[in-house]
Amino acid sequence: MKRVASSLMMAALLSLPAAGRAAGKVSDGVVKIGVLTDMTGFYSDLSGPGSVLAVKMAVHDFGGKVLGKPIEVIAADHQNKADIASTIARKWFDEDKVDAIMDLPNSGTAFAVMPVAAEKKKLTILSTAATTSITGDKCTAYNIHYTYNNWMLANGTGREVVKSGGDTWFFITADYVFGKSLEEDTANVVKAAGGKVLGYARHPQSSADFSSYLLQAQASGAKVIGMANAGGDTINTIKQAKEFGITPKQTLAGLLVFISDIHSLGLETAKGMYLTTSFYWDYDDQTRAWSKKFQNHPDNAKKAMPTMTQAGLYSATMHYLQAIKAVGTDQAEPVIAKMKATPVNDFFARHGVIGPDGLHRHDAFLVQVKSPAESKYPWDYYKIIKKIPAAEAFPSVAAQKCPLVK
Amino acid sequence: MQALFGQLLVGLINGSFYALLSLGLSIIFGLVNVVNFAHGAMYMTGAFFAWIGLSSLGIGYWPTLLLSPLAVGLLGVVVERTMLRRLYQLDNLYGLLFTFGLTLIVEGLFHHQYGNSGNSFPVPEALQGGSNLGFMYLPRYRAWVVLVSLAVCFASWFFIERTKLGAYLRAGTENPRLLQAFGVNVPLMMTLTFGFGVALAGFAGVMAAPIYQVTPSMGSGLIIVVFAVVVIGGMGSILGSIVTGIGLGLVEGLTKYLYPQAAATVVFAIMAVVLLIRPAGLFGREK
Repeated sequence: MKRVASSLMMAALLSLPAAGRAAGKVSDGVVKIGVLTDMTGFYSDLSGPGSVLAVKMAVHDFGGKVLGKPIEVIAADHQNKADIASTIARKWFDEDKVDAIMDLPNSGTAFAVMPVAAEKKKLTILSTAATTSITGDKCTAYNIHYTYNNWMLANGTGREVVKSGGDTWFFITADYVFGKSLEEDTANVVKAAGGKVLGYARHPQSSADFSSYLLQAQASGAKVIGMANAGGDTINTIKQAKEFGITPKQTLAGLLVFISDIHSLGLETAKGMYLTTSFYWDYDDQTRAWSKKFQNHPDNAKKAMPTMTQAGLYSATMHYLQAIKAVGTDQAEPVIAKMKATPVNDFFARHGVIGPDGLHRHDAFLVQVKSPAESKYPWDYYKIIKKIPAAEAFPSVAAQKCPLVK
Repeated sequence: MQALFGQLLVGLINGSFYALLSLGLSIIFGLVNVVNFAHGAMYMTGAFFAWIGLSSLGIGYWPTLLLSPLAVGLLGVVVERTMLRRLYQLDNLYGLLFTFGLTLIVEGLFHHQYGNSGNSFPVPEALQGGSNLGFMYLPRYRAWVVLVSLAVCFASWFFIERTKLGAYLRAGTENPRLLQAFGVNVPLMMTLTFGFGVALAGFAGVMAAPIYQVTPSMGSGLIIVVFAVVVIGGMGSILGSIVTGIGLGLVEGLTKYLYPQAAATVVFAIMAVVLLIRPAGLFGREK
């Protein structure tokens, strides 16, 4: 007994300096997370204030402190402009002692901030940006791509829809890098799965009227109309497809659709559509418990359910803080190594592993939007058609060709 | 060939929206001499009033078609009486800047309150469905939009060009002082004209609500094209904005058929050419 007591004492004594040392390794005496997102624009409903809330909830649930030092969250609006995003990032790293920048809707801002973070040896944890090359040829050693990417969207929806009989496709594509890359990724998947691409119509970003593109899609006779666009463009495409009697004769496949879009469209308009998502609030008890907490949070003014990018940010923040706690410092290199070495299994991610390229690979879901008759309660929007295992949902490390990975 | 007809018909539908919006803009510029940048915001407000009326007060499409433009018109009257009026004696650049600022504020308020994904306004039951014309499927609601817009445009044109009150309006455009000397209350006329112009925008907003998603930014995308329409047609020319609005809708439709990527630019290319050849616009008069 005495020996036990003395060895405990010994352990306590030994751990004292260790704890002291660890606390000293929190730079500037604070762990600061900057949420850089779109607070007022195109993506503000699916990320924006909800993203900030998710990060704050994670910090709160973590206890507000790590290694004895406080955790702070700050946020800014990058207005979807790459130059503003990189200017804020520099200021945050240089003057405001920010340790990690999170979210970054739209790939343009992600590509502007990632090199800044790498130069300053600080973390970027992306949730809303989608372009596959973030962890491909443009990967950095200081970046983690956490929630989803174009490849996941294209594969999930493309392959599964072809398998279920939708083997002829027509694309309505937003005429900029994101849209074209999403179209190309999906077209490749469709062809590989034995389907045929009959044509495409490319529209300028933020168009209001899609009827002429829809008429072309109708004339093509394709079974599936793939929408390689986002936000308001997708919403108006879906709305007008119904108006012109295109659905339900032809099926729509949403390549980047969030639950906030479905909520704003209403089920009567969106019903029957296929889409891929990495998170659905009503999947199991864990997802429901967290999502309801998010929905009923006093800061969630619209009482909206979380989108996948918001849920992903909570999970990412937790994973980040746990890594800091485990390695005893907030220095980027050991933290990121720890994050990559530790599998993620929580309400958001199942079988989650962050690869050497920085891509977080986890299970995803192919879902179909319910009809109003099938929906039993508010936000009861999706039927889960298939759970896509992590290895199929995301590209392999070899396929990503990130130059960091030799 | 079938596709071409389809695109032209779609162009006609869009063109009637352009005509409706540029008409209001033109009337306001003609008499009040204000380049009303808030026109898009008023269009958006009209759509939002319709949606708010439906979702929280249960007011259906038909009463809204009258009530919402009326509310927007009243809003316009208040803005004109309390703020815009003070800028008349200044260069009309000030009016432009004021209405531009107003747009940002109004859009910001709606954005703050309702978010950016917008809301769906259902197509009224009587106008659901459509008919197959052989070369395309024409939704009944779109046909309704074309008919109503043409009717409203014609009525406005008739009112301004063919009635006595319209003659006062036109006289006010030419020489407000002289008209005032004849005992006509020109300031009141200007207030009502501004109110009527923005009410037209609100009306277009209600017409658009079932087609497009009702979002705070729905007006800002459209307003630039509408300004191009007004410039091509000739600032202040009523007939010019109606004809050009429909014409440009058709040209846009044609472009979407031939080379869709240029659909957003073709209007501005035409505007540049028109400005070079006829700076006052196709139907405008040199001053």
